[in-house]
Amino acid sequence: MNTHDLKLKSIAYRKTILEIIHRGGAGHTAGSLSCVDILNVLYNHAMNITPANFQQVDRDHYIQSKGHSVEALYTILADQGFFSQEDLLTQLNQSGTHFVGHPTRKVPGVEHNTGALGHGLSVAVGLALAAKLDDKSYRVFTLLGDGELAEGSSWEAAMTAAHYKLDNLIVIIDRNTLQITGRTEEVNALEPLEEKFKAFGFAVQQVDGNDVAALAKVLDAVPFAAGQPNLVLANTVKGKGVSFMEDVKVWHHKVPSDDQLQTALDELTAAAAMLEAAV
Amino acid sequence: MSDIGQPNQQVFADTLLEIARDHPDILIVTSDSRGSGKLVSFGEQLPDQIVEVGIAEQNLVGVSAGLAAAGKRVFAVSPACFLTIRSLEQIKNDVAYSDRPVRVIGISAGVSYGMLGSTHHSLHDYAALRCINNIDIIAPADNFETRAVLDAIIEYPRPVYVRFGKKPMRHLHAEDTHFEVGKAITIREGTDLTFIAIGEPTARALGAAELLEHEGLSCRVVSMHTLRPFDTDALLDAARNTGAIITVEEHSVYGGLGECCAGILMQQGVHTPLKIVGIPDEYTVTGDQHYIFDHYGISAEGLARTARDLLRVGV
Repeated sequence: MNTHDLKLKSIAYRKTILEIIHRGGAGHTAGSLSCVDILNVLYNHAMNITPANFQQVDRDHYIQSKGHSVEALYTILADQGFFSQEDLLTQLNQSGTHFVGHPTRKVPGVEHNTGALGHGLSVAVGLALAAKLDDKSYRVFTLLGDGELAEGSSWEAAMTAAHYKLDNLIVIIDRNTLQITGRTEEVNALEPLEEKFKAFGFAVQQVDGNDVAALAKVLDAVPFAAGQPNLVLANTVKGKGVSFMEDVKVWHHKVPSDDQLQTALDELTAAAAMLEAAV
Repeated sequence: MSDIGQPNQQVFADTLLEIARDHPDILIVTSDSRGSGKLVSFGEQLPDQIVEVGIAEQNLVGVSAGLAAAGKRVFAVSPACFLTIRSLEQIKNDVAYSDRPVRVIGISAGVSYGMLGSTHHSLHDYAALRCINNIDIIAPADNFETRAVLDAIIEYPRPVYVRFGKKPMRHLHAEDTHFEVGKAITIREGTDLTFIAIGEPTARALGAAELLEHEGLSCRVVSMHTLRPFDTDALLDAARNTGAIITVEEHSVYGGLGECCAGILMQQGVHTPLKIVGIPDEYTVTGDQHYIFDHYGISAEGLARTARDLLRVGV
């Protein structure tokens, strides 16, 4: 998919995220908007995961460690054909359905149940290590939140990834610098993050995590260094794409009102029109 | 055959080594625990089938779940005391809730590490895991049960937790005994009372039954090696056809075998006299496993005394 189409996809995904959160009455709005460009490029450009190959081991794998941004994941899985858009619109956060507010394998296309933070990287390490042991070529992608990195288990897993030289593991940090309480640097400082991961044995690339072309380019460059796990430090904006949500902490899990939804959708429609006009 | 066999975790390690030679997809994952787990020889002979993650039990379980997701037959081996508390959230979410058939193996379980103190005791694991959905719980009583459990879980489709201890264990079963996960084994028939035991104290329950026989009391001894799925029929049969039940476990008296039995009996309306024997609600006295067992009445004499009290014999 070319850059233009990827950009249009991101806008469409943002609309769906807002609509399903509004309709479901709950969700992690801003985090889904910050990471949706990453998921877009992963599923539409970098990874070979499809409904047809999903039951096979010998394909790429994706573990969403920051499970609370499930609305972005469900939106993209629907677009990939794992289930219908209609199911997503009508079932998210509805009693008696499988579409709970964190990823579950009962929803087609979800690889691992997440929601408790600090779990995904270890599981991804296990999957990547199995590929190395069996000399298989699949790669394992995992998306972590930045606030999540306060969980010590993430660093246990990072040590193991380097120890086993898992250059088939691609860890992406959604570095939006906000968590529910406030700035990550005020809650429990993470910086210098790049140096920390380098010290743990990772090959690190920083990228604008809301720029689909830049993301595609950096993911095309994997592995960054033979024998080292890959870390993509994706600098993002929480709430990206909706002016009044961008970098505002209250939108962590605030649900837009009817008027706010309409304003946001109008902004995104205008952004899509500008993109089309520029062609 | 000597009456006393090997430590169960030695039998586990030796048996798994033999099975793993024919199953290259078997992987042991350890947390600097291969020595405690008697797995040094396994690591030397099958170095490609053991994964070391260092002293990091949360990572141990998460990595194991990922390996299982890739189709490996995974044994996550670590001291039970750390494995079932430090990594409880990983067991819950990454193994049980995510439905990855990891074999979670708690070594040196219960008070096996006796003298090392309460940091190293696992008197909580049955309780912690009983209230987590989708993980079976097994504690073999002797070498035969250990081998049988291992045979059973090689092809196991579900998450399972198995715990082993460090002391040589008395043989309790003939080699042709039928073993099935979730089906209790009656070691000895009796009518006056039933000892229902799980894991390593089972031999002591048998010892108590042998003592009581000399006093004219007929005691059934049931090895309830599987706590989940639980053999309700064996419990109800004991409650209806013998005069009393004593449960015996190397675990807190809270939340384990005893309370499991009590809950079933109460809800079935079966009011057979019942006594739960285990470790009381305290950090244990200092001692090795035998000393701690003896101190809390998990001994042949102690259990015989509890039986006399329950049956009001000689009172």
